[in-house]
Amino acid sequence: MPDTFLDSTELVLNMGPQHPSTHGVLRVILKLDGEKVLGTDCVIGYLHRGVEKIAENRTYAQFNPYVDRMDYVAAVSNGLGYCLAVEKLLNVEAPPRAKAVRVILTELNRIASHLLWLGTHALDIGAITPVFYCFREREEALKIFEQYCGARLTTHAFRIGGLQYETYDGFERDVKEFCRMFLPKVDEYEELLTNNRIWVGRLKGVGILTGDECKEYGVTGPVLRAAGVKWDLRKAQPYSGYEQYDFEIPTRENGDTYDRYIVRMQEMRQSVRIMEQAAEGIPAGPILGKVGKVIKPPVGEAYVSIEAPKGELGYYVVSDGSTQPYRVRVRPPSYVNLQALDKMVRGALVADVVAVIGTLDIVLGEVDR
Amino acid sequence: MADEQKPGGSEAPSPAGGEGPKPPAAPAADAAKPASAKPAAPPKPPPSMAATPWESDLAGELKERFGDGIAATSTYLGQNFIVTKPAFAVPVLEYLKLEADFDYLVDITAVDWPKRGERFDLIYVVYSFPHNERVRIKTQIEDGFEPRTAIGVHLTANWLEREVFDMFGIRFAGHPDLRRILMPEDWEGHPLRKDYGILQQDMRWVQENLGIESGQ
Repeated sequence: MPDTFLDSTELVLNMGPQHPSTHGVLRVILKLDGEKVLGTDCVIGYLHRGVEKIAENRTYAQFNPYVDRMDYVAAVSNGLGYCLAVEKLLNVEAPPRAKAVRVILTELNRIASHLLWLGTHALDIGAITPVFYCFREREEALKIFEQYCGARLTTHAFRIGGLQYETYDGFERDVKEFCRMFLPKVDEYEELLTNNRIWVGRLKGVGILTGDECKEYGVTGPVLRAAGVKWDLRKAQPYSGYEQYDFEIPTRENGDTYDRYIVRMQEMRQSVRIMEQAAEGIPAGPILGKVGKVIKPPVGEAYVSIEAPKGELGYYVVSDGSTQPYRVRVRPPSYVNLQALDKMVRGALVADVVAVIGTLDIVLGEVDR
Repeated sequence: MADEQKPGGSEAPSPAGGEGPKPPAAPAADAAKPASAKPAAPPKPPPSMAATPWESDLAGELKERFGDGIAATSTYLGQNFIVTKPAFAVPVLEYLKLEADFDYLVDITAVDWPKRGERFDLIYVVYSFPHNERVRIKTQIEDGFEPRTAIGVHLTANWLEREVFDMFGIRFAGHPDLRRILMPEDWEGHPLRKDYGILQQDMRWVQENLGIESGQ
Protein backbone atom coordinates (compact mmCIF):
# COMPACT_ATOMS: atom_id res chain seq x y z
CA MET A 1 0.00 0.00 0.00
CA PRO A 2 1.17 3.54 -0.63
CA ASP A 3 1.77 6.05 2.15
CA THR A 4 -1.83 7.12 1.98
CA PHE A 5 -2.86 3.94 3.77
CA LEU A 6 -3.86 5.74 6.91
CA ASP A 7 -5.40 8.75 5.19
CA SER A 8 -9.03 8.75 5.95
CA THR A 9 -11.35 8.15 3.09
CA GLU A 10 -15.08 8.14 3.17
CA LEU A 11 -16.65 4.81 3.80
CA VAL A 12 -20.26 3.86 3.17
CA LEU A 13 -21.53 1.34 5.67
CA ASN A 14 -24.80 -0.47 5.69
CA MET A 15 -26.43 -0.89 9.06
CA GLY A 16 -29.35 -3.27 8.93
CA PRO A 17 -31.93 -4.22 7.83
CA GLN A 18 -31.08 -7.26 9.93
CA HIS A 19 -29.26 -5.64 12.78
CA PRO A 20 -30.41 -6.06 16.38
CA SER A 21 -29.95 -2.43 17.30
CA THR A 22 -32.22 -1.12 14.56
CA HIS A 23 -35.22 -2.53 16.43
CA GLY A 24 -36.70 -4.23 13.42
CA VAL A 25 -36.09 -4.00 9.74
CA LEU A 26 -34.61 -0.56 9.45
CA ARG A 27 -31.66 -0.04 7.16
CA VAL A 28 -29.47 2.97 7.78
CA ILE A 29 -26.82 3.77 5.23
CA LEU A 30 -24.00 5.56 7.01
CA LYS A 31 -21.41 7.70 5.36
CA LEU A 32 -18.38 7.61 7.58
CA ASP A 33 -15.08 9.34 7.94
CA GLY A 34 -13.27 6.93 10.21
CA GLU A 35 -15.74 6.53 13.01
CA LYS A 36 -17.41 9.88 12.45
CA VAL A 37 -20.80 9.99 10.79
CA LEU A 38 -20.96 12.39 7.87
CA GLY A 39 -24.50 11.62 6.89
CA THR A 40 -27.19 8.98 6.89
CA ASP A 41 -29.95 7.75 4.67
CA CYS A 42 -32.75 5.64 6.08
CA VAL A 43 -34.19 2.91 3.92
CA ILE A 44 -37.59 1.93 5.24
CA GLY A 45 -40.64 0.10 3.96
CA TYR A 46 -39.51 -3.48 4.61
CA LEU A 47 -42.57 -3.97 6.78
CA HIS A 48 -44.97 -2.04 4.57
CA ARG A 49 -48.30 -3.85 4.51
CA GLY A 50 -50.46 -1.15 3.02
CA VAL A 51 -52.56 -0.61 6.11
CA GLU A 52 -54.11 2.55 4.70
CA LYS A 53 -55.13 0.68 1.54
CA ILE A 54 -56.59 -2.17 3.57
CA ALA A 55 -58.70 0.37 5.47
CA GLU A 56 -60.42 1.45 2.27
CA ASN A 57 -61.48 -2.13 1.62
CA ARG A 58 -62.83 -3.00 5.05
CA THR A 59 -65.73 -1.71 7.07
CA TYR A 60 -65.01 0.63 9.96
CA ALA A 61 -65.31 -2.15 12.51
CA GLN A 62 -63.35 -4.64 10.41
CA PHE A 63 -60.42 -2.28 10.19
CA ASN A 64 -60.22 -1.87 13.95
CA PRO A 65 -57.94 -4.88 14.62
CA TYR A 66 -55.54 -3.86 11.83
CA VAL A 67 -54.45 -0.70 13.62
CA ASP A 68 -53.02 -2.82 16.45
CA ARG A 69 -50.44 -4.15 14.00
CA MET A 70 -48.82 -0.79 13.43
CA ASP A 71 -47.23 0.10 16.73
CA TYR A 72 -47.51 -3.42 18.06
CA VAL A 73 -45.90 -2.66 21.40
CA ALA A 74 -48.56 -0.02 22.06
CA ALA A 75 -51.53 -1.59 20.33
CA VAL A 76 -54.01 -0.14 22.80
CA SER A 77 -52.99 3.42 21.91
CA ASN A 78 -53.47 2.72 18.22
CA GLY A 79 -56.91 1.34 18.86
CA LEU A 80 -57.85 4.30 21.03
CA GLY A 81 -56.82 6.80 18.35
CA TYR A 82 -58.75 5.02 15.64
CA CYS A 83 -61.88 4.59 17.77
CA LEU A 84 -61.79 8.25 18.78
CA ALA A 85 -61.46 9.33 15.14
CA VAL A 86 -64.44 7.29 14.00
CA GLU A 87 -66.43 8.37 17.05
CA LYS A 88 -65.67 11.96 16.09
CA LEU A 89 -67.06 11.33 12.61
CA LEU A 90 -70.12 9.66 14.10
CA ASN A 91 -70.37 12.46 16.64
CA VAL A 92 -70.75 10.05 19.53
CA GLU A 93 -68.79 9.73 22.73
CA ALA A 94 -67.89 6.68 24.72
CA PRO A 95 -69.74 6.39 28.04
CA PRO A 96 -67.85 7.42 31.21
CA ARG A 97 -67.16 3.84 32.26
CA ALA A 98 -65.60 3.04 28.91
CA LYS A 99 -63.51 6.21 29.07
CA ALA A 100 -62.07 5.32 32.46
CA VAL A 101 -61.20 1.78 31.41
CA ARG A 102 -59.69 3.12 28.21
CA VAL A 103 -57.45 5.45 30.18
CA ILE A 104 -56.31 2.63 32.48
CA LEU A 105 -55.48 0.28 29.62
CA THR A 106 -53.80 2.98 27.55
CA GLU A 107 -51.58 4.03 30.43
CA LEU A 108 -50.80 0.42 31.22
CA ASN A 109 -49.80 0.04 27.61
CA ARG A 110 -47.66 3.16 27.79
CA ILE A 111 -45.79 1.55 30.66
CA ALA A 112 -45.42 -1.70 28.72
CA SER A 113 -44.14 0.22 25.71
CA HIS A 114 -41.68 2.27 27.75
CA LEU A 115 -40.46 -0.89 29.49
CA LEU A 116 -39.74 -2.54 26.16
CA TRP A 117 -37.95 0.62 25.09
CA LEU A 118 -35.89 0.76 28.28
CA GLY A 119 -34.87 -2.88 28.14
CA THR A 120 -33.83 -2.85 24.50
CA HIS A 121 -32.24 0.59 24.67
CA ALA A 122 -30.11 -0.49 27.62
CA LEU A 123 -29.24 -3.69 25.79
CA ASP A 124 -28.07 -1.66 22.79
CA ILE A 125 -25.84 0.40 25.02
CA GLY A 126 -24.40 -2.74 26.55
CA ALA A 127 -26.29 -3.05 29.82
CA ILE A 128 -27.69 -6.54 29.86
CA THR A 129 -29.48 -6.64 33.20
CA PRO A 130 -32.29 -4.09 32.72
CA VAL A 131 -33.94 -6.03 29.92
CA PHE A 132 -34.70 -8.90 32.27
CA TYR A 133 -36.05 -6.58 34.93
CA CYS A 134 -38.18 -4.71 32.38
CA PHE A 135 -39.65 -7.83 30.87
CA ARG A 136 -40.44 -9.15 34.32
CA GLU A 137 -42.71 -6.15 35.00
CA ARG A 138 -43.98 -5.93 31.45
CA GLU A 139 -45.23 -9.46 31.88
CA GLU A 140 -47.46 -8.28 34.74
CA ALA A 141 -48.95 -5.59 32.51
CA LEU A 142 -49.52 -8.05 29.69
CA LYS A 143 -51.23 -10.42 32.10
CA ILE A 144 -53.83 -7.76 32.80
CA PHE A 145 -54.42 -7.35 29.07
CA GLU A 146 -54.70 -11.08 28.72
CA GLN A 147 -57.20 -11.32 31.54
CA TYR A 148 -59.19 -8.48 30.08
CA CYS A 149 -59.41 -9.46 26.44
CA GLY A 150 -57.50 -12.69 25.90
CA ALA A 151 -54.68 -11.12 23.91
CA ARG A 152 -51.38 -9.87 25.19
CA LEU A 153 -49.94 -7.86 22.36
CA THR A 154 -52.43 -6.98 19.63
CA THR A 155 -55.28 -6.56 22.01
CA HIS A 156 -58.13 -5.05 19.97
CA ALA A 157 -59.34 -3.88 23.36
CA PHE A 158 -61.66 -1.10 22.23
CA ARG A 159 -64.66 -0.98 20.01
CA ILE A 160 -65.93 2.07 18.16
CA GLY A 161 -68.21 3.72 20.70
CA GLY A 162 -66.75 2.14 23.80
CA LEU A 163 -65.23 -1.11 24.91
CA GLN A 164 -65.06 -4.56 23.45
CA TYR A 165 -65.62 -6.32 26.77
CA GLU A 166 -66.80 -5.59 30.27
CA THR A 167 -63.96 -5.71 32.79
CA TYR A 168 -63.37 -8.95 34.63
CA ASP A 169 -63.90 -9.46 38.36
CA GLY A 170 -60.90 -8.10 40.15
CA PHE A 171 -59.76 -5.79 37.33
CA GLU A 172 -59.51 -2.79 39.63
CA ARG A 173 -57.70 -4.86 42.22
CA ASP A 174 -55.15 -6.08 39.66
CA VAL A 175 -54.54 -2.57 38.35
CA LYS A 176 -54.05 -1.16 41.84
CA GLU A 177 -51.79 -4.06 42.72
CA PHE A 178 -49.74 -3.39 39.61
CA CYS A 179 -49.42 0.29 40.53
CA ARG A 180 -48.29 -0.59 44.05
CA MET A 181 -45.80 -3.11 42.79
CA PHE A 182 -44.47 -1.02 39.91
CA LEU A 183 -43.33 2.27 41.46
CA PRO A 184 -40.49 0.70 43.50
CA LYS A 185 -39.42 -1.14 40.36
CA VAL A 186 -38.90 2.14 38.52
CA ASP A 187 -36.59 3.16 41.36
CA GLU A 188 -34.81 -0.13 40.89
CA TYR A 189 -34.19 0.57 37.18
CA GLU A 190 -32.98 4.01 38.05
CA GLU A 191 -30.57 2.60 40.61
CA LEU A 192 -29.08 0.46 37.88
CA LEU A 193 -28.79 3.19 35.29
CA THR A 194 -29.33 6.82 36.25
CA ASN A 195 -25.98 7.37 37.94
CA ASN A 196 -24.17 4.54 36.22
CA ARG A 197 -20.96 6.04 34.84
CA ILE A 198 -20.97 4.07 31.62
CA TRP A 199 -24.65 4.80 31.02
CA VAL A 200 -24.20 8.52 31.65
CA GLY A 201 -21.04 8.60 29.56
CA ARG A 202 -22.74 6.96 26.62
CA LEU A 203 -25.89 9.09 26.73
CA LYS A 204 -25.03 12.59 27.96
CA GLY A 205 -24.68 15.09 25.14
CA VAL A 206 -25.44 12.49 22.48
CA GLY A 207 -28.01 13.10 19.76
CA ILE A 208 -29.04 16.55 20.86
CA LEU A 209 -32.22 17.92 19.34
CA THR A 210 -33.34 21.33 20.59
CA GLY A 211 -36.94 22.34 21.08
CA ASP A 212 -36.98 24.47 17.93
CA GLU A 213 -35.44 21.68 15.89
CA CYS A 214 -38.07 19.30 17.22
CA LYS A 215 -40.82 21.62 16.04
CA GLU A 216 -39.13 22.06 12.69
CA TYR A 217 -38.94 18.30 12.19
CA GLY A 218 -42.38 17.66 13.66
CA VAL A 219 -40.86 15.52 16.38
CA THR A 220 -43.23 14.90 19.29
CA GLY A 221 -43.53 12.78 22.40
CA PRO A 222 -40.76 12.26 24.96
CA VAL A 223 -38.17 13.56 22.46
CA LEU A 224 -39.89 16.93 22.33
CA ARG A 225 -40.42 17.05 26.09
CA ALA A 226 -36.78 16.22 26.78
CA ALA A 227 -35.93 19.35 24.79
CA GLY A 228 -37.85 21.54 27.21
CA VAL A 229 -41.18 21.86 25.42
CA LYS A 230 -43.93 21.13 27.92
CA TRP A 231 -46.42 19.69 25.49
CA ASP A 232 -48.50 16.60 25.84
CA LEU A 233 -51.76 16.07 23.99
CA ARG A 234 -53.29 14.56 27.10
CA LYS A 235 -53.02 18.03 28.63
CA ALA A 236 -53.14 20.27 25.56
CA GLN A 237 -56.24 18.75 24.01
CA PRO A 238 -57.55 16.21 26.50
CA TYR A 239 -59.47 13.23 25.19
CA SER A 240 -61.15 10.26 26.83
CA GLY A 241 -61.47 12.09 30.13
CA TYR A 242 -57.77 12.84 30.75
CA GLU A 243 -58.76 16.29 32.04
CA GLN A 244 -60.13 14.63 35.21
CA TYR A 245 -56.80 13.24 36.29
CA ASP A 246 -54.05 14.97 38.14
CA PHE A 247 -50.67 14.36 36.56
CA GLU A 248 -47.62 16.25 35.42
CA ILE A 249 -45.77 16.51 32.15
CA PRO A 250 -42.14 15.67 32.84
CA THR A 251 -39.69 17.81 30.90
CA ARG A 252 -35.93 18.27 30.71
CA GLU A 253 -33.81 20.98 29.18
CA ASN A 254 -30.91 19.55 27.21
CA GLY A 255 -32.67 17.43 24.61
CA ASP A 256 -29.97 14.77 24.64
CA THR A 257 -30.32 11.02 24.90
CA TYR A 258 -29.86 11.06 28.66
CA ASP A 259 -32.70 13.56 29.14
CA ARG A 260 -35.00 11.49 26.99
CA TYR A 261 -34.22 8.54 29.22
CA ILE A 262 -35.10 10.56 32.33
CA VAL A 263 -38.31 11.89 30.78
CA ARG A 264 -39.54 8.40 29.93
CA MET A 265 -38.72 7.12 33.41
CA GLN A 266 -40.76 9.93 34.92
CA GLU A 267 -43.56 9.35 32.45
CA MET A 268 -43.94 5.82 33.74
CA ARG A 269 -44.42 7.20 37.23
CA GLN A 270 -47.02 9.66 35.95
CA SER A 271 -48.83 6.85 34.16
CA VAL A 272 -49.06 5.01 37.47
CA ARG A 273 -50.53 8.14 39.01
CA ILE A 274 -53.19 8.33 36.32
CA MET A 275 -54.01 4.64 36.63
CA GLU A 276 -54.35 4.85 40.40
CA GLN A 277 -56.81 7.72 40.09
CA ALA A 278 -58.78 6.06 37.31
CA ALA A 279 -58.94 2.69 39.04
CA GLU A 280 -60.15 4.36 42.22
CA GLY A 281 -63.50 5.26 40.80
CA ILE A 282 -64.45 3.58 37.55
CA PRO A 283 -68.01 4.82 37.07
CA ALA A 284 -70.74 2.25 36.68
CA GLY A 285 -72.86 2.18 33.56
CA PRO A 286 -72.83 0.96 29.99
CA ILE A 287 -69.57 0.28 28.18
CA LEU A 288 -70.81 1.01 24.66
CA GLY A 289 -72.22 4.31 23.43
CA LYS A 290 -75.03 4.76 20.96
CA VAL A 291 -73.54 3.38 17.79
CA GLY A 292 -75.54 1.15 15.50
CA LYS A 293 -74.56 -2.35 14.49
CA VAL A 294 -73.58 -0.94 11.11
CA ILE A 295 -71.18 1.95 11.43
CA LYS A 296 -71.92 4.47 8.74
CA PRO A 297 -70.67 7.97 9.47
CA PRO A 298 -72.08 10.88 7.48
CA VAL A 299 -70.02 12.33 4.65
CA GLY A 300 -67.17 14.23 6.20
CA GLU A 301 -63.68 14.10 7.55
CA ALA A 302 -61.95 14.42 10.86
CA TYR A 303 -58.40 14.49 12.17
CA VAL A 304 -58.05 13.15 15.69
CA SER A 305 -54.77 12.62 17.46
CA ILE A 306 -53.69 11.22 20.79
CA GLU A 307 -50.52 11.13 22.81
CA ALA A 308 -49.17 7.68 22.02
CA PRO A 309 -46.05 6.48 23.87
CA LYS A 310 -43.95 7.63 20.91
CA GLY A 311 -45.60 10.98 20.26
CA GLU A 312 -48.56 12.38 18.39
CA LEU A 313 -50.49 9.59 16.73
CA GLY A 314 -53.10 11.03 14.38
CA TYR A 315 -55.88 9.54 12.32
CA TYR A 316 -57.33 11.48 9.42
CA VAL A 317 -60.48 9.65 8.39
CA VAL A 318 -62.58 10.60 5.39
CA SER A 319 -66.10 9.19 5.06
CA ASP A 320 -68.12 9.11 1.86
CA GLY A 321 -71.22 8.06 3.74
CA SER A 322 -70.74 4.36 3.14
CA THR A 323 -69.87 1.57 5.54
CA GLN A 324 -66.22 1.63 4.56
CA PRO A 325 -63.83 4.48 5.18
CA TYR A 326 -63.02 6.37 2.00
CA ARG A 327 -59.56 7.12 3.29
CA VAL A 328 -57.73 6.52 6.54
CA ARG A 329 -54.45 8.31 6.96
CA VAL A 330 -52.32 7.43 9.94
CA ARG A 331 -49.90 10.06 11.14
CA PRO A 332 -47.32 7.84 12.78
CA PRO A 333 -45.06 9.38 15.40
CA SER A 334 -42.24 6.90 14.73
CA TYR A 335 -42.08 7.76 11.02
CA VAL A 336 -41.88 11.48 11.61
CA ASN A 337 -39.46 11.16 14.52
CA LEU A 338 -37.16 8.88 12.55
CA GLN A 339 -36.66 11.64 10.01
CA ALA A 340 -34.72 13.60 12.60
CA LEU A 341 -32.16 10.78 12.94
CA ASP A 342 -29.89 12.32 10.32
CA LYS A 343 -29.85 15.65 12.12
CA MET A 344 -29.15 13.97 15.45
CA VAL A 345 -26.22 11.79 14.43
CA ARG A 346 -24.28 14.03 12.05
CA GLY A 347 -20.83 14.47 13.46
CA ALA A 348 -21.34 11.77 16.07
CA LEU A 349 -19.76 8.32 16.23
CA VAL A 350 -21.13 5.07 14.87
CA ALA A 351 -21.82 3.83 18.38
CA ASP A 352 -23.92 6.93 19.00
CA VAL A 353 -26.16 6.03 16.06
CA VAL A 354 -27.19 2.93 17.99
CA ALA A 355 -27.92 5.03 21.07
CA VAL A 356 -29.94 7.55 19.07
CA ILE A 357 -32.04 4.94 17.27
CA GLY A 358 -32.77 3.44 20.65
CA THR A 359 -33.71 6.76 22.18
CA LEU A 360 -36.05 7.67 19.33
CA ASP A 361 -38.07 4.62 20.35
CA ILE A 362 -39.22 3.73 16.87
CA VAL A 363 -41.33 0.73 16.00
CA LEU A 364 -40.89 -0.31 12.41
CA GLY A 365 -44.40 -1.66 12.16
CA GLU A 366 -45.56 1.89 12.62
CA VAL A 367 -42.89 3.50 10.46
CA ASP A 368 -43.75 1.29 7.49
CA ARG A 369 -47.41 0.58 8.20
CA MET B 1 -65.06 1.85 -4.65
CA ALA B 2 -65.05 -1.41 -6.49
CA ASP B 3 -66.89 0.23 -9.38
CA GLU B 4 -64.19 2.87 -9.56
CA GLN B 5 -61.49 0.30 -9.82
CA LYS B 6 -62.82 -1.29 -12.97
CA PRO B 7 -62.04 1.40 -15.55
CA GLY B 8 -58.71 2.24 -13.98
CA GLY B 9 -57.70 -1.37 -13.52
CA SER B 10 -57.84 -2.04 -17.25
CA GLU B 11 -55.69 1.02 -17.97
CA ALA B 12 -53.11 0.12 -15.39
CA PRO B 13 -49.78 -0.86 -16.92
CA SER B 14 -49.28 -3.77 -14.57
CA PRO B 15 -50.40 -7.17 -15.82
CA ALA B 16 -51.99 -7.71 -12.45
CA GLY B 17 -54.31 -4.78 -13.01
CA GLY B 18 -57.23 -6.99 -13.92
CA GLU B 19 -57.08 -8.69 -10.60
CA GLY B 20 -57.88 -5.57 -8.69
CA PRO B 21 -61.65 -5.45 -8.96
CA LYS B 22 -62.31 -9.04 -8.01
CA PRO B 23 -60.45 -9.88 -4.84
CA PRO B 24 -61.31 -13.42 -3.86
CA ALA B 25 -60.21 -12.92 -0.27
CA ALA B 26 -63.02 -10.68 0.89
CA PRO B 27 -65.88 -10.74 -1.60
CA ALA B 28 -68.48 -9.94 1.01
CA ALA B 29 -66.77 -6.77 2.13
CA ASP B 30 -66.27 -5.51 -1.38
CA ALA B 31 -69.77 -6.39 -2.47
CA ALA B 32 -71.22 -4.59 0.49
CA LYS B 33 -69.77 -1.30 -0.58
CA PRO B 34 -71.52 -0.60 -3.88
CA ALA B 35 -74.72 -2.17 -2.59
CA SER B 36 -74.90 0.11 0.41
CA ALA B 37 -73.33 3.19 -1.11
CA LYS B 38 -75.47 3.38 -4.23
CA PRO B 39 -78.99 3.28 -2.83
CA ALA B 40 -77.93 5.43 0.09
CA ALA B 41 -76.47 8.20 -2.04
CA PRO B 42 -79.53 9.50 -3.94
CA PRO B 43 -81.85 10.17 -0.97
CA LYS B 44 -79.25 12.44 0.57
CA PRO B 45 -79.23 15.63 -1.48
CA PRO B 46 -75.92 17.04 -0.23
CA PRO B 47 -73.27 14.38 -0.92
CA SER B 48 -70.67 16.77 0.33
CA MET B 49 -69.56 17.46 3.85
CA ALA B 50 -71.99 19.50 5.92
CA ALA B 51 -69.32 22.04 6.79
CA THR B 52 -70.22 25.48 8.03
CA PRO B 53 -68.28 28.70 7.34
CA TRP B 54 -65.52 29.46 9.79
CA GLU B 55 -65.39 33.08 10.85
CA SER B 56 -62.52 34.26 12.98
CA ASP B 57 -59.78 36.84 13.08
CA LEU B 58 -57.39 34.43 11.45
CA ALA B 59 -59.82 33.54 8.68
CA GLY B 60 -60.39 37.23 8.04
CA GLU B 61 -56.67 37.98 7.94
CA LEU B 62 -56.07 35.17 5.48
CA LYS B 63 -58.84 36.36 3.16
CA GLU B 64 -57.50 39.88 3.32
CA ARG B 65 -53.96 38.79 2.63
CA PHE B 66 -54.60 36.21 -0.09
CA GLY B 67 -57.94 37.36 -1.54
CA ASP B 68 -59.16 34.91 -4.17
CA GLY B 69 -56.46 32.42 -3.24
CA ILE B 70 -58.61 31.36 -0.31
CA ALA B 71 -61.65 29.55 -1.66
CA ALA B 72 -63.31 29.01 1.71
CA THR B 73 -62.70 28.84 5.42
CA SER B 74 -64.91 26.19 6.97
CA THR B 75 -65.43 24.19 10.08
CA TYR B 76 -66.75 20.66 10.50
CA LEU B 77 -67.17 18.85 13.82
CA GLY B 78 -65.35 21.70 15.47
CA GLN B 79 -62.29 21.33 13.26
CA ASN B 80 -61.32 24.29 11.12
CA PHE B 81 -59.94 24.09 7.64
CA ILE B 82 -58.93 26.47 4.92
CA VAL B 83 -59.57 25.62 1.28
CA THR B 84 -57.04 27.31 -0.97
CA LYS B 85 -56.27 27.40 -4.67
CA PRO B 86 -53.39 25.01 -5.50
CA ALA B 87 -50.75 27.70 -5.89
CA PHE B 88 -51.60 29.23 -2.53
CA ALA B 89 -51.27 26.20 -0.24
CA VAL B 90 -47.60 26.71 0.55
CA PRO B 91 -47.78 30.52 0.82
CA VAL B 92 -50.67 30.08 3.27
CA LEU B 93 -48.59 27.53 5.18
CA GLU B 94 -45.74 30.02 5.30
CA TYR B 95 -48.01 32.85 6.38
CA LEU B 96 -49.49 30.68 9.14
CA LYS B 97 -46.02 29.81 10.38
CA LEU B 98 -44.55 33.29 10.32
CA GLU B 99 -47.54 35.46 11.19
CA ALA B 100 -49.85 33.22 13.18
CA ASP B 101 -47.43 30.93 15.09
CA PHE B 102 -48.53 27.69 13.43
CA ASP B 103 -45.06 26.33 13.98
CA TYR B 104 -45.64 22.59 13.70
CA LEU B 105 -46.55 20.85 10.47
CA VAL B 106 -48.31 17.75 11.70
CA ASP B 107 -49.02 15.93 8.49
CA ILE B 108 -49.30 16.11 4.72
CA THR B 109 -51.57 13.68 3.00
CA ALA B 110 -53.80 13.28 -0.02
CA VAL B 111 -57.17 11.79 -0.93
CA ASP B 112 -57.93 10.45 -4.38
CA TRP B 113 -61.29 11.34 -5.96
CA PRO B 114 -60.93 9.81 -9.46
CA LYS B 115 -64.34 10.93 -10.69
CA ARG B 116 -63.65 14.58 -9.97
CA GLY B 117 -61.97 17.02 -12.33
CA GLU B 118 -59.34 18.00 -9.81
CA ARG B 119 -58.49 14.50 -8.84
CA PHE B 120 -56.62 14.89 -5.56
CA ASP B 121 -57.24 16.62 -2.29
CA LEU B 122 -53.94 17.66 -0.80
CA ILE B 123 -54.16 18.20 2.95
CA TYR B 124 -51.76 19.91 5.31
CA VAL B 125 -52.43 19.66 9.04
CA VAL B 126 -50.76 22.38 11.08
CA TYR B 127 -50.70 23.05 14.78
CA SER B 128 -49.76 26.07 16.83
CA PHE B 129 -47.91 25.41 20.07
CA PRO B 130 -48.52 28.91 21.47
CA HIS B 131 -52.27 28.94 20.69
CA ASN B 132 -52.98 25.21 21.07
CA GLU B 133 -54.93 25.31 17.83
CA ARG B 134 -55.10 22.98 14.86
CA VAL B 135 -56.01 23.93 11.31
CA ARG B 136 -56.06 22.02 8.05
CA ILE B 137 -55.20 23.47 4.68
CA LYS B 138 -56.94 21.72 1.81
CA THR B 139 -56.39 22.20 -1.87
CA GLN B 140 -57.72 20.39 -4.92
CA ILE B 141 -55.21 19.55 -7.61
CA GLU B 142 -55.42 17.86 -10.99
CA ASP B 143 -53.56 14.70 -11.81
CA GLY B 144 -50.16 15.78 -13.09
CA PHE B 145 -50.16 19.12 -11.32
CA GLU B 146 -46.96 19.63 -9.39
CA PRO B 147 -47.56 21.50 -6.14
CA ARG B 148 -44.67 23.41 -4.66
CA THR B 149 -42.76 21.65 -1.94
CA ALA B 150 -43.22 22.84 1.63
CA ILE B 151 -39.69 21.95 2.73
CA GLY B 152 -38.72 25.61 2.63
CA VAL B 153 -41.30 26.24 5.34
CA HIS B 154 -41.14 23.07 7.46
CA LEU B 155 -38.30 20.55 7.22
CA THR B 156 -40.61 17.75 8.23
CA ALA B 157 -42.34 18.05 4.86
CA ASN B 158 -39.47 16.07 3.32
CA TRP B 159 -40.57 12.57 4.23
CA LEU B 160 -44.24 13.44 4.33
CA GLU B 161 -44.13 14.63 0.72
CA ARG B 162 -42.08 11.62 -0.29
CA GLU B 163 -44.81 9.39 1.08
CA VAL B 164 -47.52 11.31 -0.77
CA PHE B 165 -45.48 10.95 -3.96
CA ASP B 166 -44.94 7.26 -3.31
CA MET B 167 -48.58 6.50 -2.59
CA PHE B 168 -50.35 8.87 -4.99
CA GLY B 169 -47.79 9.87 -7.62
CA ILE B 170 -48.10 13.55 -6.83
CA ARG B 171 -44.76 15.18 -7.67
CA PHE B 172 -43.68 18.11 -5.55
CA ALA B 173 -41.88 20.80 -7.49
CA GLY B 174 -38.57 21.76 -5.94
CA HIS B 175 -38.35 18.76 -3.60
CA PRO B 176 -34.64 17.96 -3.27
CA ASP B 177 -34.98 14.21 -2.82
CA LEU B 178 -38.25 13.00 -4.29
CA ARG B 179 -37.75 9.24 -4.15
CA ARG B 180 -40.15 6.52 -3.15
CA ILE B 181 -39.98 5.86 0.56
CA LEU B 182 -42.15 2.90 1.54
CA MET B 183 -42.45 1.02 -1.76
CA PRO B 184 -39.39 -0.36 -3.55
CA GLU B 185 -37.68 2.26 -5.67
CA ASP B 186 -38.46 0.63 -9.04
CA TRP B 187 -42.04 -0.36 -8.24
CA GLU B 188 -44.66 0.52 -10.86
CA GLY B 189 -47.82 2.27 -9.75
CA HIS B 190 -48.99 4.28 -6.78
CA PRO B 191 -50.92 2.07 -4.37
CA LEU B 192 -53.24 4.52 -2.69
CA ARG B 193 -54.80 5.69 -5.93
CA LYS B 194 -58.34 4.42 -6.10
CA ASP B 195 -57.74 2.69 -9.45
CA TYR B 196 -55.01 0.58 -7.90
CA GLY B 197 -56.65 -2.67 -6.81
CA ILE B 198 -56.20 -4.05 -3.34
CA LEU B 199 -54.58 -7.22 -4.71
CA GLN B 200 -52.73 -5.49 -7.51
CA GLN B 201 -48.98 -5.87 -7.59
CA ASP B 202 -46.07 -4.99 -9.77
CA MET B 203 -45.65 -8.56 -11.05
CA ARG B 204 -42.41 -7.78 -12.83
CA TRP B 205 -40.89 -6.50 -9.62
CA VAL B 206 -42.19 -9.42 -7.58
CA GLN B 207 -40.84 -11.99 -10.06
CA GLU B 208 -37.48 -10.33 -10.48
CA ASN B 209 -36.82 -9.58 -6.84
CA LEU B 210 -38.58 -12.26 -4.88
CA GLY B 211 -38.12 -15.14 -7.31
CA ILE B 212 -41.74 -16.20 -7.07
CA GLU B 213 -44.51 -16.24 -9.65
CA SER B 214 -46.93 -14.14 -7.65
CA GLY B 215 -47.19 -12.69 -4.21
CA GLN B 216 -50.77 -13.83 -3.85
